[in-house]
Amino acid sequence: MTLHTIFEYSHKGKSSVRFPISGDLDINNLLPEGMIRKESLLPELTEVDVIRHFTRLSQLNFGVDKGFYPLGSCTMKYNPKVNEKIASMSEFTDIHPFTPDEISQGSLQIMFELQELLGEITGMPHFTLQPAAGASGEFTGLLIIKKYHECNGNTHKNEIIIPDSAHGTNPASVHLAGFKVIEIKSSENGWVDIDELKKVVSDKTAGLMITNPNTLGLFDGNILEIANIVHEVGGLLHYDGANLNAIMGKCRPYDMGFDIVHLNLHKTFSTPHGGGGPGSGPIGVTEKLYKMLPVPVVIKKGEKYFLKYDLEYSIGKVLASHGNFLVMLRAWVYINMLGAKGLKKVSETAVLNANYIQEKLSPYFKRAQDQRCMHECVLSGAGLPNGIHTLDIAKRLLDLGYHAPTIYFPLIVKEAIMIEPTETEDKKTLDEFIEAMIKIRKEAESDPEILKQAPVNTPVRRLDEVNAARKPILKYSEII
Amino acid sequence: MNEQGGKMSERKYTESHEWALLKGDTATIGISDFAQKELGDIVYVELPEVGDHAQAGESLGMLESVKASSDFYSPLSGEIVEVNSELESQPELINQNAFEEGWIAKIKISDKSEMDSLMDEEEYEAHCQEEEH
Amino acid sequence: MTFIPISDNDRKEMLKDIGVASIDELFEVIPEKIRLKDFNSFEGCNENNIIRKAKKISIKNREAAESICFAGAGYYDHFVPAAIDSLVSRGEFSTAYTPYQPEVSQGTLQAIFEYQSMICELTGMEVANASMYDGATALAEAILLSLRSTRKQKILISSTVNPVYRQVINSYLSGQSIEIIDIPEENGCINIRFIEENANSETACIVVQIPNFYGIVENGLDIRKAIPDKVDYIVCADPNSLGILEAPGKYGADIVVGDCQTLGIPLSFGGPSNGYFAVNSKHMRKMPGRVVGKTVDLDGKTGYVLTLQAREQHIRREKATSNICSNQQLAALRNLIYLSLAGRKGLKEISYSCMENSHYLAEKISSINGFSLRYDAPFYKEFIIECPVDASKLIMNIFDKYMIIAGIPLSRFNKEDRKGLLIAVTEKRSKQDMNLLVDALKEWEEK
Repeated sequence: MTLHTIFEYSHKGKSSVRFPISGDLDINNLLPEGMIRKESLLPELTEVDVIRHFTRLSQLNFGVDKGFYPLGSCTMKYNPKVNEKIASMSEFTDIHPFTPDEISQGSLQIMFELQELLGEITGMPHFTLQPAAGASGEFTGLLIIKKYHECNGNTHKNEIIIPDSAHGTNPASVHLAGFKVIEIKSSENGWVDIDELKKVVSDKTAGLMITNPNTLGLFDGNILEIANIVHEVGGLLHYDGANLNAIMGKCRPYDMGFDIVHLNLHKTFSTPHGGGGPGSGPIGVTEKLYKMLPVPVVIKKGEKYFLKYDLEYSIGKVLASHGNFLVMLRAWVYINMLGAKGLKKVSETAVLNANYIQEKLSPYFKRAQDQRCMHECVLSGAGLPNGIHTLDIAKRLLDLGYHAPTIYFPLIVKEAIMIEPTETEDKKTLDEFIEAMIKIRKEAESDPEILKQAPVNTPVRRLDEVNAARKPILKYSEII
Repeated sequence: MNEQGGKMSERKYTESHEWALLKGDTATIGISDFAQKELGDIVYVELPEVGDHAQAGESLGMLESVKASSDFYSPLSGEIVEVNSELESQPELINQNAFEEGWIAKIKISDKSEMDSLMDEEEYEAHCQEEEH
Repeated sequence: MTFIPISDNDRKEMLKDIGVASIDELFEVIPEKIRLKDFNSFEGCNENNIIRKAKKISIKNREAAESICFAGAGYYDHFVPAAIDSLVSRGEFSTAYTPYQPEVSQGTLQAIFEYQSMICELTGMEVANASMYDGATALAEAILLSLRSTRKQKILISSTVNPVYRQVINSYLSGQSIEIIDIPEENGCINIRFIEENANSETACIVVQIPNFYGIVENGLDIRKAIPDKVDYIVCADPNSLGILEAPGKYGADIVVGDCQTLGIPLSFGGPSNGYFAVNSKHMRKMPGRVVGKTVDLDGKTGYVLTLQAREQHIRREKATSNICSNQQLAALRNLIYLSLAGRKGLKEISYSCMENSHYLAEKISSINGFSLRYDAPFYKEFIIECPVDASKLIMNIFDKYMIIAGIPLSRFNKEDRKGLLIAVTEKRSKQDMNLLVDALKEWEEK
């Protein structure tokens, strides 16, 4: 099915949204001539055109609402619809961010309660809800680390240690914050190599950024020792909370020794992924870092809530607003519905499901490592017969009605396939997925062409990404 | 033994897979066939500018493929006197012929002795074998 | 409610297949010292009860949410057509993620392509990305792009740029050693002579906002003339204003950014919204964020893919053009649908309506004794009124009596400015709304 772009439905005389104007104001007298718009080539459409076009467009997409979406590292769990219902209440949508505190108590209460709940879950005593998403949260954490060392007169501390298995945003954020990246190799079993770590820590170490479980889906059992080693040289530990879905109610980043914890509400806390955002990336910190948080934070005095702007060593702001409020609201709904016991069950089931898949697929695919995984498992498409690669497996899965797992990440595993089922899938779905993977493995032997030609059942087949990068066409050209 | 022709026996190589071919006091440089295979289809080349200073071992520019991006390093020090502007519209020349049409730049070298610290063809091929394992 | 469909029986079977006796065995790798014995400090509830809980809290917002809003300063109460929520709530759009498998993500990818196209048209620029976190971070990223591409370390930024955006910019630049020079203002407008005298070959960029923070429409062409060659001209422009104001690309901007809350996104207590980012082809390969390109598939059919990905964090890592990962996709989709519904006529009318309303109100208010327009410069939908009393007290009083939020006191941004009130008027404000505010203010008239 070929879809036209929205511009192709444009026709002179069509319109939807209109606002009556008197025409009394003479713009030409008010504005300099060069600042008045001469022409606009936005399309002219009716509401029906728009509804049909986007309805059809949506049907070309695969979402969690359609089927199993085991994208490792992204936690594609089901998004409860009551989140949407509450997030569309006008008392929450129609309020300006600079509304005086006295009359926006509803929004402030939601934010404060969310801060507290995230504190219960992670053990961190103070939170900011300002950062917009994961990468923004990391950057915020790094700025806090920087400020902390500045305040202590330790500006020579300019190195941040990151394992080679880290997500791409980590080193990019480190560089932006003005630190030097020190990358350390993981050991054979995927854990941080303690000896390597001891070699690279020094007086210059500002901090260490890791996620636990790591990007291989493994819980690093040496975490307490790692924390000690970094703390001993005066460094801070920053937790990338992308994988929090594995440990809620089982252990807390605070207890692991982390000074800064950043979370992804759009992963662990069921706010919709939206095709790529918007998310929300709150940061939790220990007591000594409270004064460095971005402003404002939400505080409670008696029965009232306030925005507090005067934090002595605040790093300033990382977003113009107080954060993505409507995303926070959804997370508040989810956490309140599940309760502590429910969240614990979430992590237990997420880990159970991933181990189940890993166990069942082990006879057919190489495992990236030998241990029990946590909420996601990493397999490898290396060594498959007939020149079949991980990419072909992923494309064949699309034909069988699944969204492919994450592929080619983490970078330290060759031909990686990272599967994160989450806790919201039933056993039947898991079993069918396992069967599909086994089927594909067998096809790799007996019928490799099917894989190489895949997908054939999707709205488009494999796309020419090389040409798209060599000769980029980034907009519809006929309107200009 | 060579795959794509050219004066292979006089070519010298770096560990990071660049080659240099000296003629008088000007060296033509590029990346090796091994390197272009590793990168995959090259979609964009960020070239240095004529007049820029090149320093042996330091980044001279960047090669972009769909999935990866890689700096390329200068094998020698000197001044850039020419760049292969064909690569602007046809980056695939590097994939098609890394040693000939896919040349990247020409450097007027400042220190001929730097050539001695580069690998010759045999040493380089052994280096590539090692990397594959 | 947990949304977990694994039964106790299933669990038993699965544990058996895995080869462990209990779920706790799967967590044995966690050091005993930090294993939680209990975790039950807050209760859960069902859907009915969470709605009740939320409603109870929401009541505290009700009056403010229902009041007539004249607050601006970067967030505006514009009309949001019903079709947007209807389309955006479709699970195919909202529960998909980043289009890493383009074959099953053509909905998202084509939407981004169309969004990019519309932003280019609005701004008069050649290339746009899939969007950024918000206008402030987009502006910070624009500066970073300019610093990277010019390799200079000095920037000149107008003091008429939104002060909250300035704070975000300061944070984003704090990791580099950059000289930030403020361009002073004169009568609410940027001092162009200062640019002529201070911009030179060491300058990376000039940063301005049009309309500026005070609502004034600065002369973008005159500013352009003052900027030397090779110095980037960065314009931050409210996209809603581009229905009536000239596209910055047409008067020589090199990078154009802004906040898209004014394109079909409700106030939302500030978030989420998204920021747009547009450049000309010279900056294309260094532009941060996601970008979608048009291509063909194996059968020659048109399709869309994420492209120029090698610039992005997941490939270039520390050399990436930015650390950004997501692109606020659902917000960008709202913008796209909004612009499709408004179209060229609708957006022009909306913009014109904002301007018509703001001028009507400004005239009425400034004719009340004791109230005056602070600046005498062309403005779009916002203006500053000099009040006879403390503006924060004034607005709370008016809210209590009339259920109107009369504007934003400037003391919020500058403690010394007690009497300034920033008033924004959108197409949603009727003559009735505005007359009511005038009546409210008349009670404070100086006799």
